[in-house]
Amino acid sequence: MSAMSTAPAPVELERPDVEEDVSADRPWLAIVWNDPINLMSYVTYVFQAVFGYPKTKAEKLMLDVHHKGRAVVANGTREEMERDVEILHSYGLWATVKRDD
Amino acid sequence: MSHVKRTRQGIRVRLEAEEAALVRALMEQLLALLGEAPGADDELASIGIADNATKSDDPVLARLFPDAYQDDGEAAGEFRRYTEMGLRDGKREAAETVLNTLGEPGGDVMLDEKQAQVWLRALNDVRLALGTRLDITEEWYEEAEGMDPRDPRAPMFAAYDWLTMLQESLVRALW
Repeated sequence: MSAMSTAPAPVELERPDVEEDVSADRPWLAIVWNDPINLMSYVTYVFQAVFGYPKTKAEKLMLDVHHKGRAVVANGTREEMERDVEILHSYGLWATVKRDD
Repeated sequence: MSHVKRTRQGIRVRLEAEEAALVRALMEQLLALLGEAPGADDELASIGIADNATKSDDPVLARLFPDAYQDDGEAAGEFRRYTEMGLRDGKREAAETVLNTLGEPGGDVMLDEKQAQVWLRALNDVRLALGTRLDITEEWYEEAEGMDPRDPRAPMFAAYDWLTMLQESLVRALW
């Protein structure tokens, strides 16, 4: 804890193969797709209401959806992303779950 | 012209009698559309799980309840099995809230924040239904402007246009 203590010489640790761990624990994504019906203002509002994002972030995501056709709006475990997508569907947004690649 | 205004008493939606009648009719149509819950006679249905839920052939229902997985039919089916009934109930309750808060034709509708959010969702569902039926594209506005008033789709376009304006003013009042 103390910065005064004499630090032991760093030991070269055998690094575990993190590559595999990361791929096994890859986050899942919630993606929102562009559609011609949902209003830009409404989509921004939904991102704020559902994720608690500040308006600037919600607007940027909405513009990504609008211009690029889709945007990743959240990431986490599969269960969390399914829950988010279910809520987005309750608001009428076109959302899907996908494993990050 | 704005229909929606935030006041000290809440969010006021001012509708002409014929506008209130239009909202009522559209919400009733939405309820009728949502009526046929899949597998409602199944015992799992009582805990919100559909025995056999597949994406609807009706493009409107398919849009209201889209697949949650793009390239995984099995995962999409499982998601639907566990979520669609609950989502359906939520959409039905939202439409009912709109009907219950509409009040007397021609009068003001007063909403608290929560009710206003429910209105937003229900109006959006109606717009999704109408827009999907009309095959709305990003260029729909130009298309509607050049439309022959005798075109049978003209009244639906007009309703869609008006709902879009109402929803936009409601979002702005809630921000």
